[in-house]
Amino acid sequence: MPSKARTAVLPSLSFELVHHTLSNGLRVVIAPDRRSPVVGIAVYYDVGFRSEPEGRTGFAHLFEHLMFQGSVNLEKLEHFRYVQSSGGMFNGSTHLDYTNYFESLPAHAFERGLFLEADRMRSPRITEENMANQISVVKEEIRVNVLNRPYGGFPWLVLPPVLYDTFPNAHNGYGGFEDLSNATVDDAAAFFNSFYAPANAVLSVAGDIDPDSAIELIERHFGGIKRRKKPLRPDFAEPPLVSERRDSVTDALAPMPAVALGYRVPDPGADLHVYLSTVLLAEILSDGDASRLQRGLVQSKRLVTDINAYLGTFGDPLEERDPTRLNITAHYPDLGSTEAVITAVDEELARLANDGTEPGEVERVRTKLVATVFRELDQVLNRSLEFAKFELLFGDAGLITELPRLLADITDADIRAAAAALRPDNRAVVELIPGGAR
Amino acid sequence: MTALLSVPALARPARPMKLASTERVLASGLRVMVVRRPSVPMVEIRLRMPFLSARSRHLAKAALLSDSILTGTANLDRAGIAMALQELGGDISIGLDADRLLLSGSGLSSRLPDLLGLLADVVTSASYNSSEVSGERERLVERITIMRSQPGVIANEALAARMAPGHPYGTSLPQIDDVVASTAAQLRKLHAELVRPHDAVLVIVGDLSASKALDQAERALSGWTGTASAGSVPALPEVEALPLLVVNRPGSVQTSLRFGGDALPRSDERYPALQLANLAFGGYFSSRWVENIREDKGFTYSPRSSIDHAQLGSSVSLSADVATEVTAPALLETMYELGRMATLPITDTELESVRQYAIGTLALSTSTQAGLASTLSTLLGSGMDVEWLASHPARLAEVTAEQVADVSAEFLAPQRLVGVAVGDAEAIVDPLSRLTAVDVA
Repeated sequence: MPSKARTAVLPSLSFELVHHTLSNGLRVVIAPDRRSPVVGIAVYYDVGFRSEPEGRTGFAHLFEHLMFQGSVNLEKLEHFRYVQSSGGMFNGSTHLDYTNYFESLPAHAFERGLFLEADRMRSPRITEENMANQISVVKEEIRVNVLNRPYGGFPWLVLPPVLYDTFPNAHNGYGGFEDLSNATVDDAAAFFNSFYAPANAVLSVAGDIDPDSAIELIERHFGGIKRRKKPLRPDFAEPPLVSERRDSVTDALAPMPAVALGYRVPDPGADLHVYLSTVLLAEILSDGDASRLQRGLVQSKRLVTDINAYLGTFGDPLEERDPTRLNITAHYPDLGSTEAVITAVDEELARLANDGTEPGEVERVRTKLVATVFRELDQVLNRSLEFAKFELLFGDAGLITELPRLLADITDADIRAAAAALRPDNRAVVELIPGGAR
Repeated sequence: MTALLSVPALARPARPMKLASTERVLASGLRVMVVRRPSVPMVEIRLRMPFLSARSRHLAKAALLSDSILTGTANLDRAGIAMALQELGGDISIGLDADRLLLSGSGLSSRLPDLLGLLADVVTSASYNSSEVSGERERLVERITIMRSQPGVIANEALAARMAPGHPYGTSLPQIDDVVASTAAQLRKLHAELVRPHDAVLVIVGDLSASKALDQAERALSGWTGTASAGSVPALPEVEALPLLVVNRPGSVQTSLRFGGDALPRSDERYPALQLANLAFGGYFSSRWVENIREDKGFTYSPRSSIDHAQLGSSVSLSADVATEVTAPALLETMYELGRMATLPITDTELESVRQYAIGTLALSTSTQAGLASTLSTLLGSGMDVEWLASHPARLAEVTAEQVADVSAEFLAPQRLVGVAVGDAEAIVDPLSRLTAVDVA
């Protein structure tokens, strides 16, 4: 058990959170903070590329692009222009389990930002022409990030098809070019109708706003959007692996080999304590020069150029529901050392599972992790993003501010158990064979 | 059919936040600036040291130094430094460019004295143990190999060499042979020469008391003394008009287009107009270039132009990765939009939009501890003052369309830019040659 004195060392962070639900089912989280004249607005829809239909790989992401192409009251290009000419910034992103849209604005543009989000929640304006244009843009996005780049999409596009068996978990979330080309305006209308219902979304606003007037403005702009049925989310769980799975990919552009290990991990929604032990374990494995894998494989054995352990598809450990994974990736100069790299990782995991952590190791890694959360929440936009995400995935926006307390409950025994669960028969291994010139 | 709704007007803007900064120049010459910003219980530190040098193999040695500086001191070994940082909820990272070495740190605000103590330990007694340096040397060679396989890195290297041939600014990545030849003893010598407080600037922002933080910095860094000796550096050559350089990357599915030219420094009275001209051309999403080659033509995902400031001169740079088969059409549209900027005024709507964007995003970028610390470090490092931040919105407010037209004619004219195209030469040289003079590397 952690001592009270130890947990008391860490400062805590609390935010005033006001919850509200509209009659159309839209859930709202308001986090007022009057110290800086900026606001963050985030809308999270409960659909990601795990939910896109077969034959339409990449559709959730393509649809995210289409949401910027105009809406009931806005022509193409107007969304961007209204945000930026108000002194603000915008973006959107598509993940496994959600798609988000957000703005960072001077406080005097708050109502305008709400209007812009409400208008596309009411109905985006999707035409043949805009569809064709954004299919081209998305193909260029895939070329610049994957096809024309060494290690492009490694490991997020190559691990899932080996680690999982079902289409939702295993397919390429960026999408195949043929599927993208086949996407139609009717597909978009159907996707919007199913997944972009107000009841399937969370709106979070943070920063220089008064909660009462924020609720009034939100009711004014979002209240008139018709209620539609919240889609049932299927269970995406897959049975545990029975043995290690291996595959390799050739990367014609890469000058050096790499390997990715993907482990099935516990369901964060079922037992958060066990899941957070794995989160802390990932930090113990690879955060900084004092971590196990950096010391063992980079500094002592000099086997690898770099090595990284992280949870989730894109490195945020708390952005996915079950099933999610722990990734370990490494780059190294010699293709012949792949087995030695895997063996060395197994040895470090076995050492942790058998001998446990060093005195002070759990505490200092926890302190670092908590400080990272504080730093993240310094930005008003990040607060709106994080509160929306935690409300959507965990039904509890405030959970992120509880993390220091929850992490304080994790003991050496928890870390040993988490390390012991990362067994070879619980993982997929994908080796990247370099085809590029050195 | 729903009746059309109108977009809400903007409310009255809040008064900009006042920035209360305190500073002290230590006996060593180190300038320390502190800002209290208690938004989260953290602190941010930025220690910036001039690192520009024209000496041979400087870039390779500087790169290896920045990879090795945290691998041990007189008091702590590599893991010891890393553990101490974790204990204070912190991190120190090293940034290097042609002009400066930047140590960026963060940590729990209650541990600021310890963070400063670690920083002082590193700058006064980094040991460059030869075994650590040899490990970092191997890794640096491997990382450079990986970087040089990326089309964007190849393009940026080629553009830098085209813009500033023979100058330290003309080389953006070290040569592998130079890294291999760099020794631990040379790193210790370089550290002794350039890791010095006299012209360095330390910025501290966070949940702190300004006067206490200044005292803590003075106490922690009292043992750090000396003046850097960098030797002389030649003046930056003006960008010369040259044909478009094609760097062959057989089979490339995209062409990485990059263009660069001279620009004005922040201190120039015409700079606000150039800042806005760049935004209107390609510096934000609602710009002419992005709306044309992305949102209309679908040639590319993320075209962007920017103004980059270096110690000896500023530059404008354009970047777009376009599908191989539309390389020449993308160049045509780029030249068209540049030419339009250089010969015709922008509209009042465009001017108001970029003005509000520049003012608003300046406030956003300084609204966090980390953003404010980085912005202040950059400004002080380039000889500007904190006052510049407060007064810049007023300067932007006064820019006229005529001023934007004047600077556009001078700095955004296609004739003033040099370009490189990294792509499949067999597919792109012929169509590009129909539009402009082309050299093939």
